[in-house]
Amino acid sequence: MLRFAPAATAALVAGPILAGLAGVLLPAFGVLPALGGDAPSLDPWVRLLGQPGLARSMLLSLACGLATTAVSLAIVLAFLAAAAGTGWLSWARRVTGPLLAVPHAAVAVGVAFLIAPSGLLARALSPWATGWRQPPDLLIVHDPLGLAMMAGLVLKEVPFLLLVSLAALPALDPARRLAIARSLGHRRATAWLKVVAPGLYPLIRLPVYAVVAYASSTVDVALILGPTSPPTLAVAVLRWFSDPDLSLRFMAAAGAVAQLGVTLAALALWRFGEAVAGGLGRIWLAGPDRGIAERPALAVGIVAMSAVVLALGLATTGLALASVSWRWTFPDLLPDGFTVAVWGRTLPGIGAALAATLWIAVPATLLSLAAALAVLENEARGGRAGPTWLLYLPMLVPQLPFLFGMAAGAETARLAPGAGLVLLGHAVFVLPYVFLTLSEAYRRHDPRWIMLARTLGASRARAFWVVRLPMLLAPCLAAAAVGLAVSVGQYLPTLLLGAGRVETVTTAAVAMASGGDRRLVGAWVLAQAVVPVTGFAIALLLPRLVWRGRRGLRDGGA
Amino acid sequence: MTHRLHLDGIRIALGDVPLVAVDAEVGPGEVLTVMGPSGSGKSTLLAFLAGFLDPAFRATGRVLLDGEDVTGEPAERRGIGLLFQDPLLFPHLSVGGNLLFGMPAGADRRGRMRAALAEAGLDGFADRDPATLSGGQRARVALLRLLLSQPRAVLLDEPFARLDAPLRREIRDLTFARLRAAGLPAVLVTHDEADRPTWGGTAVHVGAEGG
Repeated sequence: MLRFAPAATAALVAGPILAGLAGVLLPAFGVLPALGGDAPSLDPWVRLLGQPGLARSMLLSLACGLATTAVSLAIVLAFLAAAAGTGWLSWARRVTGPLLAVPHAAVAVGVAFLIAPSGLLARALSPWATGWRQPPDLLIVHDPLGLAMMAGLVLKEVPFLLLVSLAALPALDPARRLAIARSLGHRRATAWLKVVAPGLYPLIRLPVYAVVAYASSTVDVALILGPTSPPTLAVAVLRWFSDPDLSLRFMAAAGAVAQLGVTLAALALWRFGEAVAGGLGRIWLAGPDRGIAERPALAVGIVAMSAVVLALGLATTGLALASVSWRWTFPDLLPDGFTVAVWGRTLPGIGAALAATLWIAVPATLLSLAAALAVLENEARGGRAGPTWLLYLPMLVPQLPFLFGMAAGAETARLAPGAGLVLLGHAVFVLPYVFLTLSEAYRRHDPRWIMLARTLGASRARAFWVVRLPMLLAPCLAAAAVGLAVSVGQYLPTLLLGAGRVETVTTAAVAMASGGDRRLVGAWVLAQAVVPVTGFAIALLLPRLVWRGRRGLRDGGA
Repeated sequence: MTHRLHLDGIRIALGDVPLVAVDAEVGPGEVLTVMGPSGSGKSTLLAFLAGFLDPAFRATGRVLLDGEDVTGEPAERRGIGLLFQDPLLFPHLSVGGNLLFGMPAGADRRGRMRAALAEAGLDGFADRDPATLSGGQRARVALLRLLLSQPRAVLLDEPFARLDAPLRREIRDLTFARLRAAGLPAVLVTHDEADRPTWGGTAVHVGAEGG
């Protein structure tokens, strides 16, 4: 049975992806029988190219993908260089988990709340520094250059890249590398950048590419913070897709294919940038410099990272405060009074959305976890590994074109949109993250444990259930928590595969964000964080509870 | 109950490079020592005997236990036990749970488990967390676990290498005494003469520098 695990899992991923690709390519070239498109034509492309602002939309998406990733990566690397061998690192380990639990949309809403003309920052500076008695008429959120959107993405991606870096670092034995470099006369941060960073980057390359792909095609963050006229390409395509005029669907499909091209271009440019940076890095490594990068690395690292954490903390606290505020007039820094009225009104709706969220997130996570375990166990037993890169594919593709195609394909196949389809879609996008989180621990699990169990008479199956799984309880739960968080954060799969009829906390929060009632938005954003935070807390506490009498397994060590 | 292990014309190669060639009869209570530098294929031989040989290797020959050919059997049905460098007590099970893990079905397993602990000077240790045991205690529990699983032969993979000198002698003598009492043939892999039983036994050398 297990022999078929890699093939079955590959099919779970590749099936929807391929169906999605076909489902978007055909209408992009005029073929969609359900809407009367019977013959191939280039008409959708002609109409797409005739759209005003198309080039600017594409450029925005491309720039956002590259700039967001570059800034996030620079902050993370500078921080790690500055923090190498100091207490900052353990601080980072503690804060990244909870920060990661907050979905993209929630972070975006928080950023809007922070930097809007009537937001916390403006209040903190008014009226004493700015003289503003009224919120100024400034386009800060939705600015035409997409700076607010990029800032929101950076806030979300920095904890993500920091977490994957912290997970990868021990494999490099950084303490010893640093000691050698420092004994050769390099200053601390410089030493880190010279001897640890070049080893670290290949280990986190995949998550970095995922950031490029995500940032170049994001919809939820762009809707909340991004430019509006023209918007990013993904948002423009979504508008055409949701237009009541069904003939726009063809052009939307062409736009979705263009989005795929933009993301691929962003990845190719990033790859080129890698080569350039690598070449410059080698020159620097071979050169005589022992400390020129020291001060900038220290400054950027500590200041930028603190700013990221502070902004995230302020944004969430501010929104929590807003949800219980009575009246909060500009430019007061604190509300005039408090009330739970908003919560009283929205709680039933939040409850229903939370239930719908869990009904999708829990099965999708369990399905992904089972698939990941089956693939990894098959690999550990020496079975054919299968194309592992395929499992990572959903992380590296822009969601929009594929979901567009999946939705169109499901329509053609007369599959009713709804929770079932949404669940499947979530599983596809959750699987890579679950697999990525779990595979590390799984491959590190000493093979002698299983050998020992077998020579003591346990079958392969018993060795898996009675030895491997209990010993890997903590990593399994951690992977499940990540999966849960990823699923809860999914906006586009829920929207497109549910045909707008499935409302999770995230789709509701994004919808509320445009409404502008800050108290309501605050309540929904907190609701969005409930499931992931609970998941991470369980993943942290349950192993300690179960293994409280087993010192060898506490703290997740195995 | 005594057992015999027959290594019949065993040849293991990696690609075209021959690694190990062994022909040996190991009688009840006897120890066959396989010596050689690291990387010489000692552990590969053990993996082959236990049933875990990586498919990258090519092996011919037969493993006979009491005259029965077990070469094609899966590891759990061979009745060949393993003792590693580290005691490797399952960290999620109690000491008693570790011992019970390998015990075949039968009457009063728990009673026999407790009796075995008491006999080894570990009376009342059944509910202890293995992580709280001393190095010597862990080594003894690992040995007990092996014996209670009622193997027909045992493989020892540098089992004393991680112990410090006085403890090392004690555990070594205890291990060989218990194996001998149980009438078990053993294959010991090591690069250290001091690991061999005091009465010697047969030794074969593998690898280029082993001659």
